[in-house]
Amino acid sequence: MACVVVPMVEAIIVTIAKKIVQRKERKALGNSSSTETINTPMKEERQTLQMGLSWSRKLSWLNNLLWGGVFLLALEHIWHGEIILWPPFLTAMKNPADIQPMLEEMALFGTSMAIFVTVVWVIMIYIAEHKLKYNCTKIYLDD
Amino acid sequence: MYFIITALAAIVTTVFCYNMQDKHRLSILCFIYWGATLMWLVDHVLAFFIEGGELFEMTLDAALLGCLVVLSGFFVWGIILFLKNIKRSHLKTE
Repeated sequence: MACVVVPMVEAIIVTIAKKIVQRKERKALGNSSSTETINTPMKEERQTLQMGLSWSRKLSWLNNLLWGGVFLLALEHIWHGEIILWPPFLTAMKNPADIQPMLEEMALFGTSMAIFVTVVWVIMIYIAEHKLKYNCTKIYLDD
Repeated sequence: MYFIITALAAIVTTVFCYNMQDKHRLSILCFIYWGATLMWLVDHVLAFFIEGGELFEMTLDAALLGCLVVLSGFFVWGIILFLKNIKRSHLKTE
């Protein structure tokens, strides 16, 4: 019914956190030049090899996972008529008897989705960092 | 069915992303599809254990929804790519 709301709230929090972390990282880098703001995939890759995975990059992965999931799930809910594009937006809100089951669904399904995506993201980061360490050691040994 | 179609799209995009070394920021499209796949996985499994019934809905309606979802993900990725290119060219000219 409205399970998509919980991951959406998490996505909003992660977006704000990402912006704050990004600003802090730019400050820490000393904003060396204005060209730093142009982030090409090649430049990002070079930066990652030099300094490791930045928190802003890690958070952007979670952000993309959450927003991508939320967007496609919202489409599915619109298709099934559970979400409408005008107030009150959630069809269940029209009938007071449907509000309680909607909240229960949000608590069970929505929270489980948000937790599962976050757990997968943590595993992803763990693997990526290990792979990065392995690649750095390989480059060091090759030199 | 839409879960299966999205999961297949996620796998195919990941393979392309790996082979093309994230050219055209394919990783964004990967994340969009994987995010939806993970969420639907939880939704389907929980619904199966709590409400019972079929694990996967094999209907034409679900297949059409799957195609719409994949196309929408592609469309969103295209818009993101377009906006990022505009931003980059704007920063270069400054």
